[in-house]
Amino acid sequence: MTVVIRECAAALVHVPSFVRYGSKPMRDLSESPALLHDVHQALRSFEQAAAYPPNQVFIGNLRPDDLLGLAQPWHANPLGEPRRHGPFGEILPEDEFYGWLKIADACHIVALEHSFVGRIRDALAHHPLTGEDDLKKLGAGVPAEELRQDLGDGSALPLTHRGQVIGALKGAHERDDALKAEVLMENLVAKASGALGLRHLLKRAGITPQDVDFILECSETAIGDRYNRGGGSLSKAIGEMCGCVNATGHDVRAFCASPINALVSAAALVEAGIHRNVAVVGGGCQAKIGMKYAAHLKHGMPILEDVLGAVAFLVTRDDGASPRIRLDSIGKHEIGAGSSQQALMTALVVKPLARIGLKMMDVDKYATELHNPEVTLPAGSGNTPYTNYKIMASLAALNREIDKTEIETFVKQRGMPGYCPTQGHIPAAVCYLPHACDAMKQGTMSRAMFIAKGSLFLGRMSQSSDGMSFILEANAG
Amino acid sequence: MDPASQAHIKKIAESDGLPKDQIIVLLGASDIEGAEISAETVTFGDPSYTGPLAGVPLGLPVYHILEPALRPFIPEDVYDANLGIWTMAADTEEIGRRFQAIREKVANG
Repeated sequence: MTVVIRECAAALVHVPSFVRYGSKPMRDLSESPALLHDVHQALRSFEQAAAYPPNQVFIGNLRPDDLLGLAQPWHANPLGEPRRHGPFGEILPEDEFYGWLKIADACHIVALEHSFVGRIRDALAHHPLTGEDDLKKLGAGVPAEELRQDLGDGSALPLTHRGQVIGALKGAHERDDALKAEVLMENLVAKASGALGLRHLLKRAGITPQDVDFILECSETAIGDRYNRGGGSLSKAIGEMCGCVNATGHDVRAFCASPINALVSAAALVEAGIHRNVAVVGGGCQAKIGMKYAAHLKHGMPILEDVLGAVAFLVTRDDGASPRIRLDSIGKHEIGAGSSQQALMTALVVKPLARIGLKMMDVDKYATELHNPEVTLPAGSGNTPYTNYKIMASLAALNREIDKTEIETFVKQRGMPGYCPTQGHIPAAVCYLPHACDAMKQGTMSRAMFIAKGSLFLGRMSQSSDGMSFILEANAG
Repeated sequence: MDPASQAHIKKIAESDGLPKDQIIVLLGASDIEGAEISAETVTFGDPSYTGPLAGVPLGLPVYHILEPALRPFIPEDVYDANLGIWTMAADTEEIGRRFQAIREKVANG
């Protein structure tokens, strides 16, 4: 097998002012507008979000297992210094992200007030991943009076920063629900954050945008209009924003498993010789921002779902150094496999390992859904990574690879604490890829397995679940 | 428990002609604390006060599928295929104790 993951990038965008436009908060606020005060009181500053240990794991300043040695709750025990930059990317502040949204705005749906643009222009000009072309797209902003007119009929979303209205995000068609402001916000957020991830990837890989010849986008949003609600090709829009003039692409959709599916497809394209440098890119999910805000408020916690995630991966031919994808044993959850956890894990873990003569104990680390338990436990949603690892360990015990008494040891050694924001496709195993690739290049890890499950039933077209997995191995050189 | 499920259970429990002793609620949440919240929802009312069962004590008998007491009612091959893994991954004895305690609390008013 001759395909590798040559480079990875992982970035976060801190967007406290976007919490009010997350799907759950927005619905609740429309019924109880007075809640907005409580929401505002529980929002974190950039410094707090950047000093939050799980966020530092995401961008690579800490490893996931480092969280085991830190005092909990993590939100009440910040790291000494907030760090914006990390080996895998950065945590972008909200005001600059508004600039990225405007740069991403190819169809004039975003208006930023003139003085706000003046305040962020310098920061954007000095960002290592922006250029003159971006500053032209940022423009000079609009006068306050024009902004008031944009917001006048209530169809546009007010964009705020630190409690002040600084812009508007407009709908694109008054009689098309697929183009209303709330939907376009989700899509533009995925585009702009995806572009941030892709630019970090290109820099880390040391390649130019022109070197990319295909892009697979792997978020869960749908790009289209009333006649083509999921038409797609956010991939091409992101590539255009990043100057990938020799590329086109398409969007891969498999619910949370999208990134794994996209990586497998990318590997197949490279293996077949159709493309050389395939970028897999997934921006953040605006809809999931603040999803569990009510539980956080109830427990007197800050609202932790205030960050968008972005991941990007470069898949290429074997370069003799980067970790290899075992294309001879991809795991898939077949339609006829059954939906029990046992059937899922057997299809996604046991079978692909057995196909190449391996057992569960031959994998150094498993990456599964890595949702931050500090976000999910207060809402009664459990500790997803821990539950998944317990199931895997139990499967190993059922298959007599380990004794029942060794289940917790398996979980600790081959699993990891969750740390990823609850952004759907982002925590679905792939957020660990940058860590695994680094460990393999440094010679401290031989083999990792990436498993993602997709909640296909949510779309009401099937009651089935879904999933895909792959094995990654250190390059023997 | 999500509002839609609460509404569904409330509708069944309050439908005419369906005797209360013909209904049980069977839960399957892997997270024991989450399962307990769901159990309280269908017995004493939604403790989070966010759904239709807020303040509505249905008093329904509630069980968890992993309780050891239920195992004899399920064919062994079906149990092994669908739940076998959970007998190792979850503390089924503890789940049984907690749900029995909830049923006793309901019975004692």
